[in-house]
Amino acid sequence: MAVQAESLKSVPYFSGLSDSVLVSISKLIFEKKAERGEILIFEGEPAEVLYFVVAGVVKVFKTSADGKEQIYHIIRPGESFNDVPVLSGGVNMVSAGAMGAVVLHGLKKKDLETVIKEYPQVSLNVIQVLSRRVEELVAMVEDFSFRHVTGRVAKILLEYAGDGTGERPRLTQQEMAAMIGTAREMVGRSLKNLEGEGAIRMERNRIIITDQKALKEVAGIV
Amino acid sequence: MGEMPLIDRDKCQGCGLCVSVCACGALVIEDSAVSIVDVDECQWCTLCELVCPNDAISCPFEIIVENDQA
Repeated sequence: MAVQAESLKSVPYFSGLSDSVLVSISKLIFEKKAERGEILIFEGEPAEVLYFVVAGVVKVFKTSADGKEQIYHIIRPGESFNDVPVLSGGVNMVSAGAMGAVVLHGLKKKDLETVIKEYPQVSLNVIQVLSRRVEELVAMVEDFSFRHVTGRVAKILLEYAGDGTGERPRLTQQEMAAMIGTAREMVGRSLKNLEGEGAIRMERNRIIITDQKALKEVAGIV
Repeated sequence: MGEMPLIDRDKCQGCGLCVSVCACGALVIEDSAVSIVDVDECQWCTLCELVCPNDAISCPFEIIVENDQA
């Protein structure tokens, strides 16, 4: 089923296009709905469709060998996912799942290629989208290479841990991310890593330092 | 009543993304902003904070050393 051309205007891929062009493109786009927990694309499968989120939130994630899920990115309305493998002709590099009820617009790989060939503005838009993606990835590589996010999270936990007297300090993952200068998703992954190593235990709204020595080692404090 | 996520209604734009990801139904849109309606089931998954594009929800953690709990 084709979608309304109007709904494409807020999508970066189609910015700057005339109404008549949007109408033409909208005929190639189909709507897909999914419920919470539904997997939309599977890691390792051929990348056939580029998706735009219209409503709801999609998580892009990988599952480790021991079954733990690590969220890499949150896709909100107006944003796309699966761009890179669709354009490169590869397989899905990650999985994506609906975090609640979601509405997606899908554009098949062959139709995307048709649109790009026919409308040069779309090519420029794709380059801009991919350039932003590269910027995000460079920032992520910087996190991994130089900043040792898990170590800095460990350091913050040690600095902010209550000493058992008075009011104990409280921090959100968002605040920790801002203090470190990283994405919030990275903090969540670091906390999972620290829990996996036995340095901390997560209990609802409490982070309990169970092994101070191990945490100090991760933080680089000798 | 357990502690619940904190909502800054001045920042909330009423987009409803947090409501869509909340597995326990603890969030609802009222008067164009999100409110807490059910306090029993929240497991502090922090997904509402994660997806909020306006930093309107916060799920703060108390950080404690195990020996200090008692």
